[in-house]
Amino acid sequence: MAEKFDAIVVGAGPAGNAAAYTLAKAGLNVLQLERGETPGTKNVQGAILYADALERIIPDFREDAPLERHIIEQRMWVLDDKSFIGSNYRSDEFNSEKPNRYTILRAPFDKWFSSKVKEAGGLVICETTVTELLRDESGKVIGVRTDREGGDIYANVVILADGVNSLLATRAGFHDEIAPKNVALAVKEIHFLPQEVVESRFNVKGDEGVVIEIFGSVTHGMVGTAFLYTNRESITLGIGCMVSDFKKAGIAPYTLLEELKAHPAIAPLIEGGEMKEYAAHLIPEGGYKAIPQMYGDGWMLVGDSAGLVNAAHREGSNLAMTSGRLAAETVIALHNEGMPCTAAHLARYKTAMDESFVMKDLHKYRQLPDTLHNNPQFFSVYPQLLNRAAHTMLTVDGEDKHSKERAIRKSFVQRRSLWGLMGDAFRMWRATR
Amino acid sequence: MIKIEEKLFQNRYKVDEGRPHIQIANPSVCSSTCEVQACTFACPAACYSATETGGVELNTDGCLECGTCRIICSEHHNVDWAYPRGGHGILFKFG
Ligand SMILES: Cc1cc2nc3c(=O)[nH]c(=O)nc-3n(C[C@H](O)[C@H](O)[C@H](O)COP(=O)(O)OP(=O)(O)OC[C@H]3O[C@@H](n4cnc5c(N)ncnc54)[C@H](O)[C@@H]3O)c2cc1C
Ligand code: SF4
Repeated sequence: MAEKFDAIVVGAGPAGNAAAYTLAKAGLNVLQLERGETPGTKNVQGAILYADALERIIPDFREDAPLERHIIEQRMWVLDDKSFIGSNYRSDEFNSEKPNRYTILRAPFDKWFSSKVKEAGGLVICETTVTELLRDESGKVIGVRTDREGGDIYANVVILADGVNSLLATRAGFHDEIAPKNVALAVKEIHFLPQEVVESRFNVKGDEGVVIEIFGSVTHGMVGTAFLYTNRESITLGIGCMVSDFKKAGIAPYTLLEELKAHPAIAPLIEGGEMKEYAAHLIPEGGYKAIPQMYGDGWMLVGDSAGLVNAAHREGSNLAMTSGRLAAETVIALHNEGMPCTAAHLARYKTAMDESFVMKDLHKYRQLPDTLHNNPQFFSVYPQLLNRAAHTMLTVDGEDKHSKERAIRKSFVQRRSLWGLMGDAFRMWRATR
Repeated sequence: MIKIEEKLFQNRYKVDEGRPHIQIANPSVCSSTCEVQACTFACPAACYSATETGGVELNTDGCLECGTCRIICSEHHNVDWAYPRGGHGILFKFG
């Protein structure tokens, strides 16, 4: 193919779609390649969509994007084997005209986002896997090779939005293979229920929704969390833990999911539902310290392929969209100034990222992955202690409350020692400050 | 025991017959050098199974394309991992 594009975007997830849409809208000649049958057929998420990141790209997305429910209530549950202790935050303020968070299903959502790229004038080709990056003698990336016949295509810049398993970036030597301690494996199922049942079970109406973030004994002490999200007529339920922990623990991921489904706190919420899909996906959770070089001569990394996930707040797609947009804006500026996409010029992308919430947030939590990795008690001992404490205080059995408090305090000190408790509090504070 | 097949049965696939996208690079490493064989329990689709002779067998038909097997084999790098040809493999309906 003789044609040369201003930019090639690999991948049609949130990062790739944000980049391709921004480029196409600015009038650049952009080609987007996606290996799925249609955009979204390869993609998995929880999924919460954070409106702000998308709104900066498509301000009126609420008009036709396939959104499930807007979230009015968030629950945080800490599970023990038989019980849970939790907190709720519910607010009618979330019923505003422009809600801030929605649940979505990735397959229809990505398809919709991709249709916007086409409307803006981008060329989107699916069912095409990019197998290699093409480079000139100096090593500058000048295009891609695909698994189609005669599939070499050229461009001024290649934006890799190919997700967590960025084979292209690793093979090109842009970064090392991801380490098992920097990545979580999540498995999830979707259970369909009549809309009225979802609404009565979660005490919502219309398109209001509830999300539950879960941790505790269900991860068998591994660093990880579970989640339950309400969709319009279905419930998404999943659990994820660090790959290094799976290796150590020797537990199958679907065993965790089955145990979660059977937990007395969860089982009634999905009862009667019909399971219609089982999915698995990795999440790059290494945080700030694991972020590779994000640009070079003729190439840029955006979204999960650059490891941009804030595990502490379960944010990823919004970081993906923001990085995709900022990468595109960098390319547009260079294009308009008539400057080539060399590493020196693409460095502007990194500067823009550093000034955005993406790098600031990831920097704030830079110690968290190590802290959690080195202190498994946060996922094993504490959930048990908290649940037992609640049980002790709430059981009325003739014992005075003062003695109960003393017993609870003793149970904490016995399990962690006074220094241990203070150390844990300090470590947690330092890791998130 | 959980029947993983029942879960995978709900999924939509377009299998690329006769062209597995993942391969064990050197089967003798699995049987002689690798003690953990983490792929046999960590793969969410149970594509890997331990054989009676101490090796590991791979069937990629139910593969969810997550990448875990490649990453978890971090000592031996014995998994030749690629994406299926465009349009093939798992096709998520909901994701
Ligand atoms: C279980 C789970 C729950 C999550 N929950 C949330 C949440 O609630 N909120 C949130 O914001 N984030 C969440 N995340 C994170 C979020 O899903 C990711 O951060 C986000 O999807 C990253 O977008 P991306 O575009 O970088 O990558 P992806 O969405 O992975 O897209 C990559 C695309 O590239 C394509 N591709 C890859 N290689 C090639 C190739 N060689 N050739 C052609 N195409 C290729 C793929 O098919 C895919 O379409 C969750 C993740 C998981 C796994
Ligand atoms: S990619 Fe994931 S689902 Fe496929 S074989 Fe490897 S571990 Fe199993």
